[in-house]
Amino acid sequence: MTTILIAVGILLVLSLIFGAILGFANVRFHVEGDPIVAQIDAILPQTQCGQCGHPGCRPYAEAIANGEAINHCPPGGQATIQALADLLDVEAIPLDGDHGEETAKRVAVIREDECIGCTKCIQACPVDAILGAAKQMHTVIADECTGCDLCIDPCPVDCIDMVEIGVTTKTWSWDKPVGPMSRPGNLIASDRQPLMEASH
Amino acid sequence: MPSDVTVFEFHGGIHPEQNKTQSLQLPLGNPKLPDELVLPLGQHIGQMSRPLVKVGDRVLKGQTIAINNGFLSSFLHAPTSGRISAIEERAIAHPSGLSDLCIIIEPDNKETWCELRPMPLWQESTKTDVLTYLAEMGIVGMGGAGFPTQVKLQGAQKNDLDYLIINAAECEPYITADDMLIREKTSHLVQGIQILQFLVEANNVIIGIEDNKEKAIELLQNELRVRQLDKQIKIAVVPTKYPSGGEKQLIQLLTDREVPSGKHPIDIGIICQNVGTCSAIYDAVVLGQPLISRITTLTGAALEHPQNVEVLLGTPIEHLLNYAGCDHSQLQRLIMGGPMMGFTLENQQAPIIKTTNCILAGSAKELPQPEPEQACIRCGMCEQACPASLLPQQLLWFTKSQEFEKAEHYNLFDCIECGACSYVCPSSIPLVQYYRHGKSAIREARDATIKSDHAKLRFEARKARQEAEAAEKEAKRLARKKPAPKADKAKVDAPTNDVTTAKADNANKAEKPANNEASKKLKIDLAIAKAKMKKLEKALTAAQEETRTEEINQLQTEVNEQKNTIQQLEDELTKVAPPAKVTKVANPNEAGVKQLKIDAAIAKASVKKLEKAIKKAEDINAPELETLKSQLTPAILRANELEKSLASAQEAAAKSSDSTATQAEELSEQAKADTKKLKIDIAIANAAIKKAKKNIDAMKAEGQDDAAIDASGLPQKLAEHEANITGLQQKLTDLTATDSKTEKPSAEVNPLADKIKKQKIAVALAKAQISKLTKRMEKEPEKAAEIQLEIEAKQAAQTTAETELAQLLNTQEKN
Repeated sequence: MTTILIAVGILLVLSLIFGAILGFANVRFHVEGDPIVAQIDAILPQTQCGQCGHPGCRPYAEAIANGEAINHCPPGGQATIQALADLLDVEAIPLDGDHGEETAKRVAVIREDECIGCTKCIQACPVDAILGAAKQMHTVIADECTGCDLCIDPCPVDCIDMVEIGVTTKTWSWDKPVGPMSRPGNLIASDRQPLMEASH
Repeated sequence: MPSDVTVFEFHGGIHPEQNKTQSLQLPLGNPKLPDELVLPLGQHIGQMSRPLVKVGDRVLKGQTIAINNGFLSSFLHAPTSGRISAIEERAIAHPSGLSDLCIIIEPDNKETWCELRPMPLWQESTKTDVLTYLAEMGIVGMGGAGFPTQVKLQGAQKNDLDYLIINAAECEPYITADDMLIREKTSHLVQGIQILQFLVEANNVIIGIEDNKEKAIELLQNELRVRQLDKQIKIAVVPTKYPSGGEKQLIQLLTDREVPSGKHPIDIGIICQNVGTCSAIYDAVVLGQPLISRITTLTGAALEHPQNVEVLLGTPIEHLLNYAGCDHSQLQRLIMGGPMMGFTLENQQAPIIKTTNCILAGSAKELPQPEPEQACIRCGMCEQACPASLLPQQLLWFTKSQEFEKAEHYNLFDCIECGACSYVCPSSIPLVQYYRHGKSAIREARDATIKSDHAKLRFEARKARQEAEAAEKEAKRLARKKPAPKADKAKVDAPTNDVTTAKADNANKAEKPANNEASKKLKIDLAIAKAKMKKLEKALTAAQEETRTEEINQLQTEVNEQKNTIQQLEDELTKVAPPAKVTKVANPNEAGVKQLKIDAAIAKASVKKLEKAIKKAEDINAPELETLKSQLTPAILRANELEKSLASAQEAAAKSSDSTATQAEELSEQAKADTKKLKIDIAIANAAIKKAKKNIDAMKAEGQDDAAIDASGLPQKLAEHEANITGLQQKLTDLTATDSKTEKPSAEVNPLADKIKKQKIAVALAKAQISKLTKRMEKEPEKAAEIQLEIEAKQAAQTTAETELAQLLNTQEKN
């Protein structure tokens, strides 16, 4: 009987101690806010374009955390969907076409001689990438432009173009090799004969 | 071949067919000028150069045609005299086959040099001067990536260097450009090494050379012996093995040290320079010739006369192929660089650039189409061959399946892309292709993250700004809506004051909100400015640590500007703040003193900071030392000035002995502080006396006579200190006396205040009763006469109470 009592007592004491530690840790290491929203937000491309139907990337991140589909972000494209799927451990689904198509990276360019200086695009730009003043010519700071398209609609004279950023020697990257199955039929050693001949 | 230095080993490596003899049959060739020279603006790692010339300009040989654009950039010079025919996009030598901006020169075939300004007295110049000169001569590393040499050497200035390694290994098959350079320009090379050694002051200088260059080694040894440098500059002959010419591999061979992952050789006290760079340094410093030509190997089975040529930068490759007798029907693949690390050229119009060491025109037999890739059989031969001791197989899996994070974890970025793994792979997997793809994908992702973080910051800043604007508008709207109630409120706040003070108070209060708003705004502006300042300073220190000179200058000016704005804002704030505080703080002096104290503290902090910066600068021997020093003296002066004005302000505060309670208190506090100070001074003086006495005793004990003791000046000091103490004690007694005096009135004030309070209550009570009675009178008109009498009595009581109150207030004011 005493053994049982001792055992129960020890367990009781242990549970109290661990409970206290857990309680302390809960208070001490309390995390403000929702960390998952920050993680989702970090994956989103931060174009702040609103194509997902939310006013900016963070609101969409919050919506995803609350269960919205992960395929509403055209600027991020399939790569973002894949990253979100990995993070949230859900299936990667194709991009929802209702919200727009995935395009190559673009920047807005103002045809400056046509600009009337209405400042409407400046007000629309979510990242303050357009420079200008009332009745003065406006221009886009290309390095700051996220290519969100938001300045296109407000322009009363349609003088803003979205121009694709071409590849330069600085941004060029190596392609991935095609892989072993690229030349079917060449896998058997005898298929390589012509080449071997050429090299001997 | 004997070697003066112990040679160690590195992991892996391969022994591909050498193929070096073909290009060494003929002497160094000198092809004639082509019809045009194409000079890409980006011939090196980092930012593109900035063109200095316009289309149509005439240029002389050696004239600067483009200057550096930022820290990691280089100068570019005209390789011959002629006319700038265009500045446009041309096909350049790049694995992508893309075009880039180039300056095109049409030679006039006169080869007129511009005025050369060599630096023959380099030994007497400062290192900084020589480094700047090298930058202006467009010297970049000619072995591989084209890293601007002065940047690399600048890094060396900060560290003590154990080794200066001259890389003459040239391990890649086919290439003999360095071999030929050593044979042709032995003395230039050795003198170039001397200049380098002057710049970096390494403890050991070693030339690392592979044992397949016997003639070059012999010539080098002779040259060193003749110049009696064979004690200072050692030659290490390393066995032929690819890639012993890799920077990290050569370092391991010669010093048995491994460059840690993610670090540079400079971090372990080693600097590595290519022989081509050394000879270019000689040309620049001694002859005054900028980097406008280089030795390049033309080789391959498709060429009739494979050889090395000294060629002007910008020469189209097609021109060289024709010079060497290229059989275009034989030409299967044209490679810039060697067969292991080079890349296929799509366009024969691409020009020779500063880093082009070889043009390989291979026939189909020489460079067959790569065999089709097959599945990895996990044989592990790639691991055996990897000179960087990586796990190529693992890296292959991860890059293939796009798991770049894991690939990075397996040190993908330590891969030197030497191609040894692909060479040995029995499944002919193009491993290096996968790694290159992986690396660029990771870099792209990093850039995207940086960009998106930046966009996020900007978006959030904009949101914050919009919210602030909205809040401000709202506040203004509210302020416009009810200016009247505020004045009323002011009246309510001060009901007990007599009429005149209340009026004055009203005026004050009406002013106050405006003042408050202005000061609030100023405070916000100030906070923003300070935050900006902090950011700028952080950036500045970061820039200083990495010695990005241009950025440092810019940041410095920005910091100064920011300081000015902060100063302005503070001035404005002090202008606005005191009137706002009048109602709150009895003593305006206090505010001034506080402000001064803050200013003094800031000034002191800045002095400290500057001193720290100077120390740091001294440590790294940075060029901005002088400017820092010049900044220090004004800062110290300002700190001193502020302290002086603080002291005087405090004195003034002490002197202005208004008899209000707060001031009295302040005074007594001041007095207390002074007393404390005096007491401390006395204690110090006492200690000094004790010490002096002890010293005298010690001297006496040592048997020195009184004269010696007198001579030591100790007795005088003793007397001085004693006089000092008496003076201090006198002051102390004075102070304590005044202290008790100043404390008394404040004690008297308290009962007075009590009385005033009581009287105020009495007045209020009387008023309340009167109003009550008037109300009752209205309700009960029949008792009007009775109530009227009562009211009169109460009014009389009120007036007596009020007069008493007024008297009391008067006495208080007098006090």
